Amino acid sequence: MNLEPAEPVVTAPTPKVKAPSAPGGAEEPSAPEVKLSAEDLRARFGTTQVLKGISMPIEARTVTAVIGPSGCGKSTFVRCLNRMHEVAPGAVVEGRVLLDGQDIYGAQVDPVLVRRHIGMVFQKPNPFPTLSIQDNVLAGLRLNGTRVPNPAEVVERRLRQVALWDEVKDGLDRSGTSLSGGQQQRLCIARSLALEPEVLLMDEPCSALDPIATARVEELIHELRADYTIVIVTHNMQQAARVADTTAFFYMGELVEYDQTDVIFTRPKQRKTEDYITGRFG
Amino acid sequence: MSSVSNPPSIVRRTPRWLPLLGRSANPGDAVFRSVSRLFALLILVLVLAMAAQMAFAAEESFKEFGWGFITSQKWDPVGQRYGALPFIFGTVVSSLLALLLAVPVALGIAIYLSELAPLWLRKPIGFLVELLAAVPSVVYGLWGVFVLAPLMATTVEPALRSTLGFLPLFSGPNQGFGMLSGGVILAIMILPTISSVSREVLQAVPANLREGAIALGATRWEVVRVGVLPYARPGLVGAVILGLGRALGETMAITMLIGNRPEISASLFAPSYTMASVLANEFAEASQDLHLAALAEISLLLFAVTLLLNIVARLLVWQVSRGEAKGAR
Repeated sequence: MNLEPAEPVVTAPTPKVKAPSAPGGAEEPSAPEVKLSAEDLRARFGTTQVLKGISMPIEARTVTAVIGPSGCGKSTFVRCLNRMHEVAPGAVVEGRVLLDGQDIYGAQVDPVLVRRHIGMVFQKPNPFPTLSIQDNVLAGLRLNGTRVPNPAEVVERRLRQVALWDEVKDGLDRSGTSLSGGQQQRLCIARSLALEPEVLLMDEPCSALDPIATARVEELIHELRADYTIVIVTHNMQQAARVADTTAFFYMGELVEYDQTDVIFTRPKQRKTEDYITGRFG
Repeated sequence: MSSVSNPPSIVRRTPRWLPLLGRSANPGDAVFRSVSRLFALLILVLVLAMAAQMAFAAEESFKEFGWGFITSQKWDPVGQRYGALPFIFGTVVSSLLALLLAVPVALGIAIYLSELAPLWLRKPIGFLVELLAAVPSVVYGLWGVFVLAPLMATTVEPALRSTLGFLPLFSGPNQGFGMLSGGVILAIMILPTISSVSREVLQAVPANLREGAIALGATRWEVVRVGVLPYARPGLVGAVILGLGRALGETMAITMLIGNRPEISASLFAPSYTMASVLANEFAEASQDLHLAALAEISLLLFAVTLLLNIVARLLVWQVSRGEAKGAR
């Protein structure tokens, strides 16, 4: 992971963070609505500092990709956005994360409620093995004690939303783990969507999937973009280029560059970004 | 392309006697397999030999009492009448009572240690729990005689009688030595076994199931209920079966506390007797052949009851886990 000698590893302590909309192509006229915003977000495990002060606004109804070499803190970053980081023993978060202007790390905030508004999909599909497909979809709602008046309808709607309905409609009672990896991952996405979150965090959602399943999930991300704010961590730069409106490049716990995806991949402003996306390190 | 000289050697020349050991072409593997198979078969031989020996020793009792041995309540070495029902009753009821008392507490300990306790506390408490499992049972028995029995007689049993005394279970004189004290001491003894095995089982639940539940907005209890327990259930039942096995076979501590009177009483305060206890108490002093044969038959019954309860418990596990996810084992 070491790189060229010329400059010190981290050039700019405060990287150029551009409001993602500034050069914005499509939705130029309307002022961008910031859904989620990290402000000087720092995270550590014990004494190991993993995030060193990230400030990054995320626009509503866009797909934001977070890329960077292993260990750069990109997973930790998204796990801070729904208060999952602090679940691990010894994990500490400092700084603020604003959801619609409200700090999710505020003193009065219940992390359990935060997570109901900010869904998360993990690297390895993790449907509950003892629950059926339909119960997996409903698991989040039932957890929250919501009375689901018409569960069958919810199940069908969410499974259609992730394009899984036709594949599983004849076996909704089967176990969630009887599905293939790609189907399981879409089931997990359906499970998150059932809670009607505003933000969906995806931590390398395709890294355990084959290319066809990956294409399916990417297609799904495209469709979900109309209604949800999506932050996706990925190791795969082609994937970031395919699915994301904006891309953030993390390196050693810092945000090096954050801009429109095409800018990041064609005219990056930071040397480090260029080195990474051209495969010179990482 | 003309290298005809040396084909790679892939054929092993094995001695002619080796095929006797099995199909493997590798002599080391063949020997290894035969030896380990022998060890496995030893277990089977041992079980059968024990059962046969006990049956043989009990022959006279079989002839004399037949099935009546199991259904008769009378145990009278002087009058040479022997019936095992009170002992079967005592063993089964005291063990089930122990499970009833120990399982909720043990699961609570296991869940706390694997899911909730701060890291620095998990190791020491886990270690103490395992230490408890290693205390010799006569020590538990002595503690029971000097601490538990007086406590039961003066405090617990009167309290139970004044609140739940309308039930036959909690009536009768409180002596401190009886079914309840025996059940409590057994519960204390199987607690460490069940909780330490359960803790291991819970720790083996994949972290991503917990995370999945957390990300759906589950509270800590809901994470345990939805993400952890269903996956761990077969293993937890296994832990309970281990505890049951220990309770059924326990001899010393329960002999010191259960009162040792071959009676079947509805009251938990009344003294009772277990199969293991009567063997320990009477075997050394039994002089008549029939008495010895009756005791041998009791040991055979203890063997059978243990086996039967284990089979029932396993069937229960199969019943619950059948049709469930492969991922849940």
